[in-house]
Amino acid sequence: MNVPADLRYAKTHEWIRQENDIIIVGITDHAQAELTDIVYAEPPKVGAEVRAGATAAVVESVKAASDIYSPLSGTVTDVNDALTSNPALLNTDPFGQGWIFKMKASNPAEIDALLAPEAYTAQIGQ
Amino acid sequence: MSDPALLKHTPLESAHVACGARMVEFGGWYMPVQYSGIMEEHRAVRSASGMFDISHMGEVIVSGPGALAWLESLLTNRVGKLAVTRGQYTLMLDERGGVIDDLIIYRTGELSYFLVINGACRDLDLEWMHGHLPSDGSVVLQDQGNDYAAIALQGPDAEKALRALYPACDIPKRNGIAPLIPSHVASDGIVPSLVARTGYTGEDGFELFVPVAHGIALWESLLAAGVKPCGLGSRDTLRLEMGYPLNGSDLSRDRTPLEAGLDRFVGLDDPEKVDFYGRKALEQQRSEGLPSRLTPLKLSVQGPPLRSHYPVLADGVAVGETCSGALSPSLGEGIAMAYLPEVCRIPGTQLEIEVRGRRYAASIATLPFYKKPSL
Repeated sequence: MNVPADLRYAKTHEWIRQENDIIIVGITDHAQAELTDIVYAEPPKVGAEVRAGATAAVVESVKAASDIYSPLSGTVTDVNDALTSNPALLNTDPFGQGWIFKMKASNPAEIDALLAPEAYTAQIGQ
Repeated sequence: MSDPALLKHTPLESAHVACGARMVEFGGWYMPVQYSGIMEEHRAVRSASGMFDISHMGEVIVSGPGALAWLESLLTNRVGKLAVTRGQYTLMLDERGGVIDDLIIYRTGELSYFLVINGACRDLDLEWMHGHLPSDGSVVLQDQGNDYAAIALQGPDAEKALRALYPACDIPKRNGIAPLIPSHVASDGIVPSLVARTGYTGEDGFELFVPVAHGIALWESLLAAGVKPCGLGSRDTLRLEMGYPLNGSDLSRDRTPLEAGLDRFVGLDDPEKVDFYGRKALEQQRSEGLPSRLTPLKLSVQGPPLRSHYPVLADGVAVGETCSGALSPSLGEGIAMAYLPEVCRIPGTQLEIEVRGRRYAASIATLPFYKKPSL
């Protein structure tokens, strides 16, 4: 299972990537494999306030709907519209084209509570 | 998930694990929900062939001089229509007309019948049957649910696969049943191997019943023949595309087969069908009018996959909820079934399905949702 070294991880299987003051959020390779064929994605709305650990998006496989939690608190600045027509990007490229939303963090200290790649790898039992 | 240790296990479990199955709890059983992926498995059954472990389903043999008369009183369809080797879909109701189970009954001999009942209600079904058995010994009831491993082989290439494995087998016609002439699958004493041309997918196909000890060998020979292992996930999307009801979701003790639109499997208008449990309740319901009808719905807009227990609204007013739902893999559209009152059918009624607080326009569809492309 791929766990890129340059990202931080939430225990609930989301990742973040920092690009200047913007945070990009997605789900991990492990998460997409567990969810299986993703057929629908409901990202948050641009401008929405999200809280760390609260539901920010929903993705659905054929079998089940799953909440995606925001790893950080802040404001959504952009969402990945490509997921609307091609939700399978979450399966095929979870760390790249399958990103879900971008945000500005209101409390960057929350980043410290996220897992480093080694700790996340240990959590998923690799 | 429930603790697997508390669940019932199929004789094919090790074969599922070897095929990379994801195992889940289903109706008290530990069953494969998928192997390679629900979409892929669904497509394999629509375009080639797939196989499902249906060992969780129950097999009951009813025999004896009183078997026919007793079965007529127990089941809604007229059993007397069946010639030897033929099968039919039927329902077992309580006195209120509520559905205890839906099942297939095959006539396997002059005085013997083979019933295949749902896995989740095997114990309840048998309890009901035993509770209504005549006391004069004219009917013998044998529960063979633990003696059989069962595999549904489904899809347009199913017959080819079966012929290759059992060249000597006299392959039954649709809804028929025949001995599965063994090459390597033997019959064990009172547990004869059987093949029925029935299924739950809308495709041509077979249900194979073999003694438990031969289940894995059958699974592996089908696998070697190129048949794709398929789990409960695709079984559900395949059956829903056809509008086949699932007991526990679409059928229950609180609904009658008339409400479920299964009239043609209920012998109310058959002059030769005698009294059966639930008949009076059905006749009363028919004369009073149905409170609701199981209605196929389709999303009219792009939306999330439909699932059970989503509210259904007519002109903004809640009128029911979905009992089954899916994103149809064949159609790429949201499909669902819901018990809805008659007013919903008035042309111009705006139907909506609510998902996580958002409402999506829907319309009444015709069954089956999926129609096989004509060649």
